Amino acid sequence: MKYLDEYRDAELVKRLTDQIRQASTQRWVLMDVCGGQTHSLVRNGIEQSLLDTVELIHGPGCPVCVTPVTVIDFAITLSMRPNTIVASFGDMLRVPGSFSSLLDARSKGGQVRIVYSPVDALRIARQLPEKNIVFLAVGFETTAPSTALAVLQASQQGLKNFTVIPAHVRVQPAMELLAQSADNRVQGFLAAGHVCVVNGFASYEKFVHDFKVPVVVTGFEPVDLLEGILECIACLEVKEPKVVNRYGRSVTREGNKAAQELIERVYQTSDRTWRGFGVIPRGGLSLLPEWDKFDAYHVFPTSVPLVAQERSECRGADVMSGKIKPKDCPAFGNRCTPEEPLGAPMVSSEGACAAYYRFDPIRISVNE
Amino acid sequence: MSPMNQGEWGMACGIPQGQHGCVTLAHGEGGRVSRALIRDRIIAKLQERSVQLLFDAADVGAFAENIAVTTDSYVVSPIFFAGGDIGSLAVYGTVNDLAMAGATPMFLTLALILEEGFPLETLDRVIDSVARSALECDVKIVAGDTKVVPKGAADGVFINTTGIGRFQQPRMPGSRQITPGDSLIFSASIARHGLAILDARESFGFSPSPATDSGPLHQIAEALRIGLGCELRSMRDATRGGVAAVLHEWAEDCGHAMWIDEAAVPLSASTRGICELLGLDPLFIANEGTFVAAVAPNRCSEALAILHRFSRSREACKVGEVRNRVVSPVVVRRVVGFDQPLDEPLGAMLPRIC
Repeated sequence: MKYLDEYRDAELVKRLTDQIRQASTQRWVLMDVCGGQTHSLVRNGIEQSLLDTVELIHGPGCPVCVTPVTVIDFAITLSMRPNTIVASFGDMLRVPGSFSSLLDARSKGGQVRIVYSPVDALRIARQLPEKNIVFLAVGFETTAPSTALAVLQASQQGLKNFTVIPAHVRVQPAMELLAQSADNRVQGFLAAGHVCVVNGFASYEKFVHDFKVPVVVTGFEPVDLLEGILECIACLEVKEPKVVNRYGRSVTREGNKAAQELIERVYQTSDRTWRGFGVIPRGGLSLLPEWDKFDAYHVFPTSVPLVAQERSECRGADVMSGKIKPKDCPAFGNRCTPEEPLGAPMVSSEGACAAYYRFDPIRISVNE
Repeated sequence: MSPMNQGEWGMACGIPQGQHGCVTLAHGEGGRVSRALIRDRIIAKLQERSVQLLFDAADVGAFAENIAVTTDSYVVSPIFFAGGDIGSLAVYGTVNDLAMAGATPMFLTLALILEEGFPLETLDRVIDSVARSALECDVKIVAGDTKVVPKGAADGVFINTTGIGRFQQPRMPGSRQITPGDSLIFSASIARHGLAILDARESFGFSPSPATDSGPLHQIAEALRIGLGCELRSMRDATRGGVAAVLHEWAEDCGHAMWIDEAAVPLSASTRGICELLGLDPLFIANEGTFVAAVAPNRCSEALAILHRFSRSREACKVGEVRNRVVSPVVVRRVVGFDQPLDEPLGAMLPRIC
């Protein structure tokens, strides 16, 4: 299959793995920012094969994992309202809020639907004019344009029963926060390829200048990831931090102008709480005031105060900032499993804890 | 029927409470949670009154020699989908459970639960399909029941079929007799049924629409059984939870490790494309006319030759082998060349979101 097989070639994978070993004079600490990269690295055994050469920290690039508890609580509250349906991506449904998840809400009669795109939620709104359809909009700049498009279409079609919970987040402010924190261990970043498809990589030039760390725009297939790692290590070995685009088949320096325009028409940048991280300055996208009538927070003011209760045992934030590995968390694999997750990184297929749980032989040996 | 196994279950995880004491959809998905539900809440209470709730069909031999019994309920939504419908599924599914257990299907019972307001014309189409498939499988419908529930208490039509068949001699050894060295075979390209349902449910509009593999396996199973005798260790159709679920059940039954090579797994280009697009692993996606077989290594090529005579299994191939267990019960060699453990299926298929 074109664009897949050549990036999963076993020979090439072996050659790149050898090259990475030869190129490294020390064990470098790199962060794969995006959850899709984490999933691929762990699923394909790449992380395991390079353990002696590279320490990979799986960054905060799983949008499900960083969606704050208050957002989930709000969505649950709305799903229990009469004549209201909450629609979201499948991964979002099992994430625990303060007390329960959207899936729990559904088994208690809450109206919750899985959709694959915000435009599907819009279609439900057209089909069921007597219901309020609320789209729980999560994701980075990759999914933000499609939510923007849904809002614009709802406006053009004069729909009065469609709103969104705007929970989109921006990846670069989170990287900046990590890079400038006093206990940062990350020496180089594998930037999230799909976010760069939208944003381009020009904005990383200032990041590299400010923080003196290499940033390599990296794809998701095994060969993509190994090329990204190799390039990053090459920069580190010669002490030459720079931006390199290793996902050239999808990413340009300027990015996708049409998608950027959609984002600009509908959203403004705002400070945003990330689950486990606290408030990240400019870390989110909110709807511009002119779209208030599509903003669920505006349309359904909550009478109940939303007090978030983070389950204290979850150490997801420490995992995503590289302070600990998932296995170092005392709850991992016993009190916290994909069936009964304590925190979001154990839920999503892109969460670091779920990836380790599913693919880690050590964990499975415990159960023997 | 979901294969039930309580014998060697030793894992302490996945207590099936549901998150707040309710049945959740995860209880019906065929993974760890459903197995725990069956073990702890059903088998545990029925033990004294049941015959042998272990494999796809029970042996009621104490009062009737070699009689195989199985039962299964069908609640698929939507009820019509590319390549099949709930009527044919209710026949093939139960026939296949008998066939996989090494029995010749003979009789079916048919119980219908209908929702008030369900169009009779649609019911006719479903029953026509039941009749056609029963004829194709050469089984007789010997008992039936119809109940109607108020609107909202069911979704259109639910069907239960119980299958009765005759175990053939010599009896197939079964999954506990699988031994290291045995070859693992997939009978056809995988993951077609799950994608057909997903596409019908979500209207993705893939072109061509993915079609189910739903179909009868009794003739293929019989040919394999006659051809290989006791060197055909076990067969199981890879329904909910996909081939991954079968490999995990077998690993638990026999105590060894199931090793497969991802590059050898039969998968059509269109199935693969859809899985890549939606972020799904085909090893976990349901099939309805595709099975896994474990055969003695010296009979593998003969097994494949038999399978290739039937159009439904002409893509059959060896995908791996049984090995001594070191750590993980199921191991997959990913295409890039590294061996990785394969987890048990868990809950609904959840596509990646970015």
